[in-house]
Amino acid sequence: MTMLHTVNKSPLDRNALESAITHATKGSAVLMIEDGIYGAMKGTVKSAMVSNAMKDVSFYVMGPDLKARGIDASRVIDGVKIVDYSGFVDLVAEHANTQSWL
Amino acid sequence: MADVKNFLYVNRRTPYGTIYALESLEVVLIGAAFEQDVSLAFLDDGVFQLAKGQETKDIGMKNFSPTYKALGDYDVNKIYVEKESLEARGLTVDDLLPLTYEDADDDYAEKNSIKVVTAAELAKLMDQADVVLSF
Repeated sequence: MTMLHTVNKSPLDRNALESAITHATKGSAVLMIEDGIYGAMKGTVKSAMVSNAMKDVSFYVMGPDLKARGIDASRVIDGVKIVDYSGFVDLVAEHANTQSWL
Repeated sequence: MADVKNFLYVNRRTPYGTIYALESLEVVLIGAAFEQDVSLAFLDDGVFQLAKGQETKDIGMKNFSPTYKALGDYDVNKIYVEKESLEARGLTVDDLLPLTYEDADDDYAEKNSIKVVTAAELAKLMDQADVVLSF
């Protein structure tokens, strides 16, 4: 089974997302929550980091956190799946373990 | 007034991840009552504070972004947003709240409060301020 990595910091302020991606093994998942959702945005200086990792790692982002911050779904990088709270629970259940990158 | 000072509030944080953004806005509104010369700067992740379309119902937090629109009524109408910070985040001024004020010296014409400035221009504004408050 694989790991679910959660990231709750903006990649434009901290290196939590970068570190999570570096340590995410093939087949694992990264879920961006709270300020982590800025990592799911298209057109930022950090977008390529996510796009490039997508061949090995699945990316998810919390819809309610996007909405709160005024980031429309159309701004989310193609291939990043938007989930709600029950989707978060499903991801936790589907993976062997969860690691939070705070 | 003899003792008017030039205050610059520097905002560098995201709106909901920490309390800084809300605290800054509250201090600005309190400070506005003292009739000082107030400017606001938004740079780094602080530019996200002004993102339009914020809807916080689903995360159970107060959406304080409409309050920025009231700043013009408190004569807080010098709002500087750093160009480099917007660009690094794939944003343009069109992605931000439309902040305006009524210019008493120009027949109360509605004018834009937001001015996009370069990092070099912002550095000068910081140097020129009498008081810098960082959030």
